[in-house]
Amino acid sequence: MEGRSADKQDIILAGVGGQGILSIAYVIDRAALDEGLHLRQAEVHGMAQRGGAVQSHLRLSSGTIFSDLIPRGGADMILSVEPLEALRYLDSLAPTGVVVSSSTPYRNIADYPDLGNVLERLRRVPRHVIADSEKLAKEAGSSRAQNIVMLGAASPFLILKEDSLLRHIENLFKPRGANLVDINIKALRLGRAAAGV
Amino acid sequence: MKPEVLLGDEAVALAAIHSGLSAAYSYPGTPASEILEYLLRLPAEKRGCTAAWSVNEKTAYEEALGASFAGRRAMVSMKHVGLNVAADPFMNSALTGAEGGLLVVAADDPGMHSSQNEQDSRYYADFARIFCFEPSGHQEAYDMTREAFDFSEKFDIPIMLRLTTRISHSRSVVVPREPRTQNPLRLGRWQDWTLLPSNARRRFQQLLKRQRELLAASEASAFNALTLNPSDRGLGVIATGIAWNYVQENLRGLASTPSLLKIGTYPAPESLIRRLVDHVDRVLVAEEGYPLVERMLRGLYGVPGKTVLGRMSGELPASGELTPDHIRSALSMNPLAHYEAGERPLAERPPQLCAGCPHTDTLKALNEALRDRPGSNVFSDIGCYTLGALPPLNAIQTCVCMGASISMAHGGSDAGIRPSVAVIGDSTFGHSGITSLLSAARADTDMTAFILDNGTVAMTGGQTSHATGPGLLKIIEGVGVPPEHIRVIEPLPKHHERNVRIIREELDHKGLSVIVAVRECVTYSSKRRG
Repeated sequence: MEGRSADKQDIILAGVGGQGILSIAYVIDRAALDEGLHLRQAEVHGMAQRGGAVQSHLRLSSGTIFSDLIPRGGADMILSVEPLEALRYLDSLAPTGVVVSSSTPYRNIADYPDLGNVLERLRRVPRHVIADSEKLAKEAGSSRAQNIVMLGAASPFLILKEDSLLRHIENLFKPRGANLVDINIKALRLGRAAAGV
Repeated sequence: MKPEVLLGDEAVALAAIHSGLSAAYSYPGTPASEILEYLLRLPAEKRGCTAAWSVNEKTAYEEALGASFAGRRAMVSMKHVGLNVAADPFMNSALTGAEGGLLVVAADDPGMHSSQNEQDSRYYADFARIFCFEPSGHQEAYDMTREAFDFSEKFDIPIMLRLTTRISHSRSVVVPREPRTQNPLRLGRWQDWTLLPSNARRRFQQLLKRQRELLAASEASAFNALTLNPSDRGLGVIATGIAWNYVQENLRGLASTPSLLKIGTYPAPESLIRRLVDHVDRVLVAEEGYPLVERMLRGLYGVPGKTVLGRMSGELPASGELTPDHIRSALSMNPLAHYEAGERPLAERPPQLCAGCPHTDTLKALNEALRDRPGSNVFSDIGCYTLGALPPLNAIQTCVCMGASISMAHGGSDAGIRPSVAVIGDSTFGHSGITSLLSAARADTDMTAFILDNGTVAMTGGQTSHATGPGLLKIIEGVGVPPEHIRVIEPLPKHHERNVRIIREELDHKGLSVIVAVRECVTYSSKRRG
């Protein structure tokens, strides 16, 4: 599968404050640790989390990772739970990188651009996966599981095993009930199927 | 011990416990909040020490200083501007010294992700003439914290650990070491801790004499590393803290590796700097924050025959957070190829008040009450409600520092502004607004102060507020505000008309009024917390 041979992966996670991108990061971090990879993950906390644009730089490697921030042009993947937020970081993507984005807009600003145009610009990236995270999350059982749907859509491109991701989705949601574990595992699988890889 | 994935803040907290910490104090502030939060999340038996949110950074500092006087190891953590609030005990504690190890963690926010300035705390360490550690990564944050407590007791001074946002809020793997036990109770000598002029003069002389030892410790520290390239005398790079990582990130793209000096301790290791500068023609100084080392290098007369590059020369930006791309450019490397995303700029998505936030209802009512009063001004403060400055509310006109709303409204009223209004949250009021209100009450200043009581410190994640509920009302009455001009409203759309009427009545009052808007934070309410 694509990307499996690489020994490093630099990912920019994006979304809007409250969409759960740090939960995506949690699952990837723990899975990477299980698989013996080094990791660094830079987060945004504080004021920016209040409904604003949020992003996290997540770097995985079998070797030493120096910088917490991914240089412009260094990102192997943009993984976004919101299409405008995916667009915001496209400049960071390597020319050969993949963008994995939700098609569901989060409209909390007055000047939200034309959605068709936003999606068109994402589809222009040679390697892209656009998934209807809202529809798939509802199908899984909760519209709040859009983040894990998008993790699923990204999973075929990650240098991590699906089993490691599933194990840590279970660890993350177990304290909040068995039902949430099932919903999120289903969300991951539906997202993965939507990637069509 | 087992490796753990930790935020930089958490690595510091864990290391403090492993250093035999007895007490930790803090006031919430990005990017420092997660240090104390980590301690509070631990089960009591694993924490084994006091951990508490203080009323402000000054009280936090003094609480830690008291624990140090008692011979125990203590930590006080805060964001960079919090150290301004704690500057009085901080500066003087360099003279009292530390009986038990005292660690001051200052978390700077270059780029102002969530702050009103980007001051560099290393200058405070220099100002107080104490020792400062600055980690480049998570393992160093852990190891430096362990060493800092030992240094504090060895040199009889508080030690600063300077963090920046990208260390505090980045996660990586840390391998902890065996914990140390806590210190027994052992009081400091009164002659050292009572800063009467005669004692203070003697203690200051001791601090000055100690400078030579601090410099020697810095020069011998394993956290500094000099690597000279014998076959290249062109470029040398000095990198401090996290800037070291950005230099490393770019090295493999260079034809010849420059001579390198990594700095992680202050006073800056002078002899290592001299050896690097002597070896090369040009020196690039990469620092996250202000150009402290660069300025030291340039001095008044510069370095004859050498070129110094950095934030002051323009090779690196004069302000803001560094990135690997900045360093790449300063090393004269071509930018990486990247996907061309086309038209910019995109619509911004600034932070905003949450749906259903009580502040929105209060500020809407205030806006309406002020609509027919063109000479008014609303002085505000630090908290979520600062977002009320942005559209669509456009409700406030100032935000300067914790507690400034009430005192600035006081001064504004004295200068002739009518109505002069202050807007402050409950925790910020407890932090620094009480003394301002006491002053306005004594003068019966013609102004109206709003205290937005949502029962929590919301902007930083819902920490404990010390001035909320019935206790808040008692404080307001206690400082001397006339009871008939203390009004309580419930900010909800259904009470809008009534709230506007109450606000108008108090704006009309020719003296001090306080309006307390009471409704729980929608994001961190006790119900949601469970």
